[in-house]
Amino acid sequence: MSNLKLIIRREFIARVRNKTFVVMTFLSPLILVGMILLITWLATLNNDEVHKIAFFDETGLFLSDFKDVNGIDYVDYSQLTLNDAKDSVVIKKMYGLLYIPNKQSNRELAKSIQFYADEAPSISILNNIEDVIAGKLTNQNFEEKGLDLDVIENSRAKVNIQIENFSGEKTSKMSNYVKMFFGGAAGYFLMMFIIIYGNMVMRSVIEEKANRIIEIIISSVKPLQLMMGKILGTSLAGILQFAIWVILGGILLAVTTSVFGIESQSIGIEQSLTLQEDNQQEVQLLLQDIMKLPLGTLVVSFLVYFIGGYFLYSSIYAAIGAAVDSETDSQQFMLPIILPLMLGIYVGFFSVIENPHGTVSTVFSMIPLTSPIVMLMRIPFGVHWWEVVISILLLIGSIIFMVWLAGRIYRVGILMYGKKPTYKELFKWLKY
Amino acid sequence: MANLLEVQQATKRFGDFTALHDVSIQVPKGSIFGLLGPNGAGKTTLIRIINQITLPDEGSVYLDGEPLKPEHIRDIGYLPEERGLYKSMKVGEQALYLARLKGLSKKEAKERLTFWFDKFEITHWWNKKIQELSKGMAQKVQFIVTVLHRPKLLIFDEPFSGFDPINANVIKDEILQLRDEGATVIFSTHRMESVEELCDHIALINKSKKILEGKVSDIKRAFKSNTFEVGLLTESNNGLYDSLKDKFNVVPADFKTIDDQLKLKITLDQDTSSNDLLRYLSERAQVMRFNEVIPGVNEIFIKTIADNE
Repeated sequence: MSNLKLIIRREFIARVRNKTFVVMTFLSPLILVGMILLITWLATLNNDEVHKIAFFDETGLFLSDFKDVNGIDYVDYSQLTLNDAKDSVVIKKMYGLLYIPNKQSNRELAKSIQFYADEAPSISILNNIEDVIAGKLTNQNFEEKGLDLDVIENSRAKVNIQIENFSGEKTSKMSNYVKMFFGGAAGYFLMMFIIIYGNMVMRSVIEEKANRIIEIIISSVKPLQLMMGKILGTSLAGILQFAIWVILGGILLAVTTSVFGIESQSIGIEQSLTLQEDNQQEVQLLLQDIMKLPLGTLVVSFLVYFIGGYFLYSSIYAAIGAAVDSETDSQQFMLPIILPLMLGIYVGFFSVIENPHGTVSTVFSMIPLTSPIVMLMRIPFGVHWWEVVISILLLIGSIIFMVWLAGRIYRVGILMYGKKPTYKELFKWLKY
Repeated sequence: MANLLEVQQATKRFGDFTALHDVSIQVPKGSIFGLLGPNGAGKTTLIRIINQITLPDEGSVYLDGEPLKPEHIRDIGYLPEERGLYKSMKVGEQALYLARLKGLSKKEAKERLTFWFDKFEITHWWNKKIQELSKGMAQKVQFIVTVLHRPKLLIFDEPFSGFDPINANVIKDEILQLRDEGATVIFSTHRMESVEELCDHIALINKSKKILEGKVSDIKRAFKSNTFEVGLLTESNNGLYDSLKDKFNVVPADFKTIDDQLKLKITLDQDTSSNDLLRYLSERAQVMRFNEVIPGVNEIFIKTIADNE
């Protein structure tokens, strides 16, 4: 067996046997599913809560309009005096009191309605109340002007633009969101992978330095070989972990929805039914859109950018690990890693979704440190093949350069103890 | 005797700092070669060059007559001064891993490890983790890993640090046996008594330059000053001392005796032989002790470095 294979094997086994790794692998999906359940549960809890709101209507106009809706019960206190109504609301610990004074004109009335409450009421409740009053007042205004409400209702126009490309294929309006979802998920996934497993590579380098085993090993193998072995071994462990997460997460989700999901399913059917009534065509188009995504290109480019991006960054992580004595010292060198990753994600989520082929998106999908993330997000929107090729070539070129650079720093750094290196010093090491 | 290792005019700079300047050494086959020098003299850099961990800026290294190349790694066993093992890996596992990195097959590595573990009576450590062992125990494992692939050249950097005297002796005997089986040993240390005991050749490096190299016996011969240590029984110590002072270069000496002797160190000039001195002394006193003062490696070390300052 070649030395590289031996190193990869050792690194893989060392990572996989690590207790934290094992715990994280099997606990994370549980935690994730637990979180989802908790959030769903909390949301239903919130929905069940009913707010009692009293209204004091001097005009008597709205008495029939405040109907109990989901989450709000209206109580009519118009028979009491305003002060009694206020006291009663406070004593009964109601959500608040709506006061509609008697005014000359509707215009004046619209401005003088008040809501008494200890705490500022939630926006959704206020919107609900405002909608009720505004609707009533608008209709009154129409009637005053002698307009027939039925005529108005019937003359409302409803527009639904059909999107179609020049070759006659219809697409859903949601199409861009679908593309963004696929691209965004891929980019975000890559970023997480780089941060988690790049860090693991760095820790493994620091561990060898701290254990003082490094000199024994590099008297047998070339430092570059050791570095590559570490990166590859750790990435294999990472892929295994992610695979377990996906499988376990899938199983757990399936199990939990089948156990707890009867209720949510019925709601889901109701919702999808109404959805279909409204947008049957839209949903079909959406499915068509997903099928029409360049799935093959997506998968291939995902693999290329995933591997490329990971190699680029983990060689930087390895060099940092070699340069420092402990993990705490590594903080000062984290900026060159976190900054481009964050930049990639932000450019992806703000620039690409707005204008996937604009200058900003195009440039950042070429710069090697951000290209894996940004290009992955752009690809679902359809990118010229030559742009992808240039971007990949640039990426490969910079990987070779970065591995070489990191190798130089690594070679010197692993034998340096007790010094906190500066960037200037790292630059000097390149020449040793 | 042919040289197993030759370093020719090796120079290594780190930025503005010259770690090694024009250093050449010749290590004869089958010798135990002491590489001496104060801290920071450049010994470790030289050793790393021999191990191909660092490349020299100038100069070349020959192993067994061939210019050093990557395959030679398997002919060298290196025990660095800064040494450790993976804390969370089992002893047997990592010994196996390190042995296989040196090119041994799994089966071969296992057989040899079993042999050595039996020899050191540490077989029961196989499934322990390094963090459960003491420092000296870990050092034994490191020693085994260093010699396991039967290299032609063994390089030990402070091999005895961390060992108690008993285990240090075990290791010393193993080194001697390996030498007898044909290995050549380079030995870097500050402990002069072990140099005295083990080394037949030495090189002394100070401030990145080699200032002394050769066979220990030759070097000692060059450093001896024709001085003799004598112990005499006389009627009157003072009388003899005064008359000796007129004739020779005499200083009082100090060594342990059971009776009251006149203890002296007498340095002779070129024209006087030790027999002349002995004859002179035997006529005047009873000679209880008469031996030539041969400088220790320690003295040579200190003197050479002081002369070079």
